[in-house]
Amino acid sequence: MAAPRASLCLVAPVWNRGTRGVRGLNRMVAPQGNQRKRRTLVQFLADHFYDVQALREYFLHKQALKVHQENRFQGQEWIRPNGRGHFSLDFLKFQAVPVEAVDASGCTLNYSGLDNLLPLKELQSLWLQRCPHVDDWCLSHLHPLADSLQELSLAGCPRISERGLACLHHFQKLRKLDISDLPSVSNPGLTRILVEEMLPNCEVLGADWA
Amino acid sequence: MLRKALQLSSCRRLSARGLSTRRGGSTLDWGGKVSEIKKKIRSVLPGGTWDLPYDTSHLPPEHADVVIVGGGVIGLSVAYWLKRLETQRGAIRVLVVERDHTYRQASTGLSVGGIRQQFSCPENIRLSLFSASFLRNINDYLAVVDDPPLDLQFNPSGYLLLASEKGAAVMESNVKVQRQEGAKVCLLSPEQLRSKFPWINTEGVALASYGLENEGWFDPWCLLQGLRRKVQSMGVLFCQGEVTRFISSSAHMENASGEEVTLKRIREVHVKMDHSLEYQPVECAVVINAAGAWSGQIAELAGIGNGPPGTLQGTKLPVELRKRYVYLWHCPQGPGLETPLVADTSGAYFRREGLGNSYLGGCSPTEEEEPDPGNLEVDHDFFQEKVWPHLAQRVPAFETLKVRSAWAGYYDYNTFDQNGVVGPHPLVVNMYFATGFSGHGLQQAPAVGRAVAEIVLEGSFQTINLSPFLFSRFYFGEKFQEATII
Repeated sequence: MAAPRASLCLVAPVWNRGTRGVRGLNRMVAPQGNQRKRRTLVQFLADHFYDVQALREYFLHKQALKVHQENRFQGQEWIRPNGRGHFSLDFLKFQAVPVEAVDASGCTLNYSGLDNLLPLKELQSLWLQRCPHVDDWCLSHLHPLADSLQELSLAGCPRISERGLACLHHFQKLRKLDISDLPSVSNPGLTRILVEEMLPNCEVLGADWA
Repeated sequence: MLRKALQLSSCRRLSARGLSTRRGGSTLDWGGKVSEIKKKIRSVLPGGTWDLPYDTSHLPPEHADVVIVGGGVIGLSVAYWLKRLETQRGAIRVLVVERDHTYRQASTGLSVGGIRQQFSCPENIRLSLFSASFLRNINDYLAVVDDPPLDLQFNPSGYLLLASEKGAAVMESNVKVQRQEGAKVCLLSPEQLRSKFPWINTEGVALASYGLENEGWFDPWCLLQGLRRKVQSMGVLFCQGEVTRFISSSAHMENASGEEVTLKRIREVHVKMDHSLEYQPVECAVVINAAGAWSGQIAELAGIGNGPPGTLQGTKLPVELRKRYVYLWHCPQGPGLETPLVADTSGAYFRREGLGNSYLGGCSPTEEEEPDPGNLEVDHDFFQEKVWPHLAQRVPAFETLKVRSAWAGYYDYNTFDQNGVVGPHPLVVNMYFATGFSGHGLQQAPAVGRAVAEIVLEGSFQTINLSPFLFSRFYFGEKFQEATII
């Protein structure tokens, strides 16, 4: 069990540290202590996390969210597939833990595949960078996540246009939105201004005005 | 072995000929038959004509299985689904007769292009839900080899319907029905409305219903062209002409109570060419009336409504032309990117158009104020007096707006209950209706096309049951009223 644990890389971006420890897991601060403590920590989590998030559908439909998908469970590090694209079975230990962040960049995720993300009621961060099939209809389908989503990244999705960005209006808790490099948006500068007006509390990373 | 068989066969042939000549040749005139066959072969070979001295390539074919009168979005949708649901490839020959290939007056191209599930009738909700999924997967349905994919320019911004005190209870029950059918709609109180859309003045609004998904607006012209392209690739024949006459045959039968009933069957459709007196009688098995605002005239041609009033023969198709105006204006301080298609308590509606703070909108006039549908001229005073005051009252930013352009289009208005007419006529047994949608035809076209194709090919509705939309309700006087008409 120690070997797959060691392959979990601590590559969470710097700014994410602030959102960790939602459940008071400040024990994760010391990096050296991590590897030794994580085994017992996971068991601790499995025993003590009683908020039940139904991730059964997620495991059943894993096929739809394939390739390089990564997930971060509450307070944990990113769970990534190993070099051969397989996830370790440690996943199953986290069945009761709410999923905090999903990185589905580059996945061939489509409208019906997003149905699997909708039951994740505590999802705070969703990265859909460079997904070739995510389009305006998919953005309108994401509205059930509006209560919890704080970060959304749509950079590089070829099918998203300014019309789909209009339905991001539901996400009033959004603090970070990345809409850079969207080839189907007709007027990136103007779109960015309109999105900033629509979501006043959100930091919009978009195209430059020039 | 082979040589013997050949010899035997040649002997038999010779003896047969010999027999016939011995018999006198009265029954088998080989000489005449052979010369006839030679003449036919010569006429069929290139360079010869098949007994017609002039070119008929511009005319529709002489025989077709299904003739669809009207080439708008509904007619093309019926053609698409007929070809898609046919049991064998090439089994059905479909002819679409459209009077004007520029679609200058057709309701499809002039439409505002909205799609919503916020109806009161469950069948309407189901039709819209299927149509939304059709539009979402439009490139799976309407893909043509080597042609670029379709971009419908869909805006998933939703519809926001506002209700006053009087209409609040009806709106609540409607939303309940909508949710039961699977539409994603939420109810908003005036406070929630103000916090979501700060540019709205909620005076007089008791309740609002907001569509969260599968609602919005799209480019109807793109859908029309996509359907046309796909349907042509599937082998449907098009004809630019006007239907001027139906030739039908009657059969007198007795019904269960002993009364005599005359059932008619349309045998031929006379299609007159543009700018000419030439017409082609097209022999057909089924006629589909998808003529939109002009369906009433087509029904009259088929003899529907010719009879004493109050009888089934005397029940006309109650679909009329109604003119509606759409205005495009610019308002620099207007509502932002999140604006849904807002339908006010007064009946006025508007939506955004593009990124540049332009808005489209209008209002359906009351019965007394109905404009003359003889032409498509726009009445700008109507905007000044009937539309602008309501808009400015609901959205204060609209007090300073500037109208950029306007146009008018027709609703195929069902004067009986503002709901579509789908299915066969009880007396003219092979005429099927797909009309009368009173302003929500475009958004239901894919689903209605499938329903009509099912009833033509299989005899009954298979997926969505549209029996409340049958013609017979006009005779029985049973209104299937659609309450939310914009």
